[in-house]
Amino acid sequence: MYKYSLNKINYPTYMAKINVSVAKLRIRGKPKMKEETLTFYNGVFIDLGELVLFTGKVIKQMFQPPFEFREFIKHGFLLGNKSLALVVVTGFIMGLVLTMQMNPVLADFGAQTLLPGVIAVSMVRELGPVITGLICAGKISSGIAAEIAAMTVTEQIDAMEVSGTRPLSFVVASRVMATTLVVPILVIFADAFSLFGAFLAVNVFEETSVTLFINRSFSLMGFVDLLPSTLKTVLFGFFIGLIGSYKGYTAGKGTESVGKAANSAVVAASLTIFVIDLVFVLITSIL
Amino acid sequence: MDKEEVIVAKKLYKSFDKNHILRGIDLVLHKGENLGVVGKSGIGKSVLIKCIVRLIEPDAGEIDVLGTNVLECNSNELNELRKKVGYLFQGGALYDSMSVRENLFFPIRRTQFRDKKLDTEELIERSLRSVGLLDAIDKMPSELSGGMKKRIALARTLILKPEIILYDEPTTGLDAVTSGEISELILKIREEYNTAAIIITHDMKCAKIATDSIKIMDEGIFKVVGTYDELSRNEEKEVRDYFI
Repeated sequence: MYKYSLNKINYPTYMAKINVSVAKLRIRGKPKMKEETLTFYNGVFIDLGELVLFTGKVIKQMFQPPFEFREFIKHGFLLGNKSLALVVVTGFIMGLVLTMQMNPVLADFGAQTLLPGVIAVSMVRELGPVITGLICAGKISSGIAAEIAAMTVTEQIDAMEVSGTRPLSFVVASRVMATTLVVPILVIFADAFSLFGAFLAVNVFEETSVTLFINRSFSLMGFVDLLPSTLKTVLFGFFIGLIGSYKGYTAGKGTESVGKAANSAVVAASLTIFVIDLVFVLITSIL
Repeated sequence: MDKEEVIVAKKLYKSFDKNHILRGIDLVLHKGENLGVVGKSGIGKSVLIKCIVRLIEPDAGEIDVLGTNVLECNSNELNELRKKVGYLFQGGALYDSMSVRENLFFPIRRTQFRDKKLDTEELIERSLRSVGLLDAIDKMPSELSGGMKKRIALARTLILKPEIILYDEPTTGLDAVTSGEISELILKIREEYNTAAIIITHDMKCAKIATDSIKIMDEGIFKVVGTYDELSRNEEKEVRDYFI
């Protein structure tokens, strides 16, 4: 048997497998609800399997010449530049709001001096990466999915494939590498502006110098807080690019598939961010 | 015909769900031959040529292109083989984020990046001159008409100097004059580049001008085979329908 190329997933074969499973259930006389559930879960696992294969191929392409350095820089700049304002504003508001909400609670315990530290820890360890990740899932992942799906629909991907130009390398690997680099940078911006927002909010309640605020902010934070959060943002970036590319690459033929690809990319990327976050929290809590 | 066989497809089968598109079709293309494939819409003509370059995987059968078993190639071998087989898509499939020059440069940059001595500018200009669109070199695809897009797509195909070209409905959606020009261009390309070609078409005028022989496809196999003149004299209804 010859291998199936990834961009041409043999859906009829998969559907045939699903239909066999459904038919077995019918023979046993199970209710229709079960059939639909089975079909859905089969689809999810098939998708997961395909995503794993796709990931392997993309990683392989990253190390095969010719290297698309210009594409990588171009996408990195475009994706980062387009998302920066949104990320910065969101981070700023998050820091501001969180500080205003936390201040009365900590004041009840006479622990207001801990406020900058608490905000810094919660933003750097958790909220900054996750919220930036979700914003990027909505903006970057869907954008990549729609762009690549449009290329698929207009046969541009097929045209690259058929001329031996390896579109996985040119179209996908460059974008995935770009998001892997850009998302951690965006998270750093979000964290910085959230602390700026927190600084302004703290000054509403009591006058605090920048030096004192920074000292208090970093008093509760150590290397252990920075390393896992940085590592997980790298993974967020990788999967945001990968899932967007995968959904676009495997889009159907009609124009409606462009919208579907973008939509499902947002859902899948957002869910993946939460799963990665959970795994990292579990690992760091064990360590 | 004693000429060398460049494509041999044997007993190809392809189904989508319960829709059996190819049902054991056989095809042979000889060096320098322009073969027309005619048939109704949705009959599987495009599926056939997509199977030849493995854009679609056939369910069963054998495909031999330029002496290589396509279905047993690994991805590197397949990429090497694909460089020798040009494919003109129905809509041209130009990369819309790139100018005409970049569209033509792209396949060279991606496939012949190790060849530092290659005069890419000369290659691009030669390909564009072949399709008569050297003036459009700095235009974007969105600035081109349907006919121009197909010509540029053909130029992009030619840039890798293929031995075989697969034309997927090259004249669809074009006016009669432009269709005629594209058909003439297909012939000119054969003379200039010494290519063999499979031309999928509904357009019998294109088939008349550009092909040496025509195969009429129906129910997943070739039902009738002959030259344009032979088919035009055929009295069977399924053949006559194409000449109305």
